[in-house]
Amino acid sequence: MTQTAPQATGAFVDDPDAPEYSAYGGDWSEIAEEAERLAQQRIVVNMGPQHPSTHGVLRVMLELEGEIVKEARAGIGYLHTGIEKNMEYRTWTQGVTFCSRMDYVASMAQEAVYCMGIEKLLGITDDVPERANILRVLMLELTRIGSHLVAVGTGGNEMGATTVMTTAFIAREDTFRIAEMISGLRTNNAYIRPGGVAQDAPEGTVAYIRELIPQIKQKLDELADLQLENPIFKGRLKGVANLDLAGCMALGITGPILRSAGLPYDVRKAEPYFGYETYDFQVPTSTDGDAYSRVVLRMEECYESLKIVAQCCDRLEATEGQPVMVADKKIAWPAQLSVGSDGQGNSLDHIRHIMGESMESLIHHFKLVTEGFKVPAGQVYAATEGPKGLLGVHLVSDGGTKPWRAHFRDPGFNNLQALSILTEGGQVADVVVAIATIDMVLGGVDR
Amino acid sequence: MSESQDLTGAEDTPQPGDREQITLINVRQGSFGALGDTSGFDGLVTPVMMPGASERPYGEWFDGVVDVLEELLGDDAAAAIEHVVVDRGELTLHIAREHLLAVARHLRDDQDLRFEMCLGVSGVHYPADERPLHAVYPMQSITHNRRLRLEVAVTDADPHVPSLTGIYPMNNWHERETWDFFGIVFDGHPSLARIEMPDDWVGHPQRKDYPLGGIPVEYKGAEIPSPDNRRQYR
Repeated sequence: MTQTAPQATGAFVDDPDAPEYSAYGGDWSEIAEEAERLAQQRIVVNMGPQHPSTHGVLRVMLELEGEIVKEARAGIGYLHTGIEKNMEYRTWTQGVTFCSRMDYVASMAQEAVYCMGIEKLLGITDDVPERANILRVLMLELTRIGSHLVAVGTGGNEMGATTVMTTAFIAREDTFRIAEMISGLRTNNAYIRPGGVAQDAPEGTVAYIRELIPQIKQKLDELADLQLENPIFKGRLKGVANLDLAGCMALGITGPILRSAGLPYDVRKAEPYFGYETYDFQVPTSTDGDAYSRVVLRMEECYESLKIVAQCCDRLEATEGQPVMVADKKIAWPAQLSVGSDGQGNSLDHIRHIMGESMESLIHHFKLVTEGFKVPAGQVYAATEGPKGLLGVHLVSDGGTKPWRAHFRDPGFNNLQALSILTEGGQVADVVVAIATIDMVLGGVDR
Repeated sequence: MSESQDLTGAEDTPQPGDREQITLINVRQGSFGALGDTSGFDGLVTPVMMPGASERPYGEWFDGVVDVLEELLGDDAAAAIEHVVVDRGELTLHIAREHLLAVARHLRDDQDLRFEMCLGVSGVHYPADERPLHAVYPMQSITHNRRLRLEVAVTDADPHVPSLTGIYPMNNWHERETWDFFGIVFDGHPSLARIEMPDDWVGHPQRKDYPLGGIPVEYKGAEIPSPDNRRQYR
């Protein structure tokens, strides 16, 4: 290892004589006076790492001339928690609980792509039961709606429209209610597991979803009515944070930003997984390539996702009682979860069986749960269409019970690179719009 | 799970002689994943290899892509493409680092290849391998709806790989991340700074010899060691 390794970013401004202002809040007038006195044209502003508009902890370094952004750089890493490293010390199944916490606004998107990778490594992709895939699709689409609503809602909030946020969060809460009914948890569900899902949907789920769909739709309508024709909203978003197709391709942008530039690329259509090719849905696109069109696209995608959710309901009814985990007992989680008087846990029938009736079952349960299953050596790449873009995972197995390497391509990490091109030359107030339109979550960016 | 595969046995690993061996992932000791038992199996040493090089025909669209690439590379083809591996329906090209830029440029620009996007670079550390640091590039063709993987291996003493940022600007942050976590130096990167770890951090945390860290936790009177000090069932 050479010691002349490149060092991290130097001082943002090279000039050592440059005056420095530190704001601690409440002293803005002094700073303004001082800046006026020194009459510097160009000032550097450090936005974050704990600015409310940054969707986590993002630091943005802005070089301004008046209100114009001359240069913008994003500094990340403030939410790095070493999830990928941690996953190397846990079994393949436990990894689900870790990757769920990356982009915590779209938990199940990571779980799904991770499990898809494991199944590919194991060669059991085609053995996953149909009902498990339906439940996965259902959960992924609810996740997509939730994630888009956060994008649109917090985007509105950042521009001062609190009602947009509250409306969006009310609708998002409904998606959580369904997720909670099925998985037991609102977020960080650890629901999608290698080989299937953690548990079947309880009785009454389909009826409950059907009851909530119109409610979610109504909130989406409300959100659209609130925003899309609002002159202030249009004034703030139209023609702001532009990125054309060439820019998207150079920066590897995927998801709603790419589609807003006119390319209808959606992994669900291009390389269908979990049976997406059998669902009827559209991929909305636009050619405007601005912040406004991305809000519209996200809203339209929510409606498309609701269409898929409705189709999932029909299929869940048709597959009532079918398995939700692969048949191979060497991989399938031994117990289904159930809700008891003291909360959610392993089903009592299963506990009775392993503790009182069958020592072999107990051994099997113990081996599979503590040691985990072995995955043949090799590497795979799995990609899905996450709410924010192409979500990929690179998995390497050394033939053991733990990943040798698990690397996630978080779409937010990649897309955040576009911040400079979206903001430079624009108004400083539009930086916040640009951040909202990228819709990254720093938990996923930093992992 | 297809019936031909046995997850519990040693059949997991391709046997020597099957295919040309490329990457030594790990050398495992003992039989049950944990050392220090009384079985006497502690002396057992098992090298675990990546699936080895494939022979033609590779199947699907793989042959066509490799043909086009070889034609474009001309005389350099044999030196540039070290190995071709087809495993689990995915194509991996092991590329010599001197030729990485040429390969990437052809992959991006040729109309029959047209891999418009590089989905980043994932570092992998195989300490037992003779070239322990691997940079893995998933390449995505939207035009042809294909994906393949480039893999470049370098040594610890000379961890240099040319930067792809000139061809795929999107790889800027991904390369910074791989430098940060694995210490692979991407020559020609405009600003190869740490990205996730603090600027003054020492070491590259996702290397296998870098400890996970953590503290033992007391639970109901018993002490639970930190995750990397627990008994490992590998």
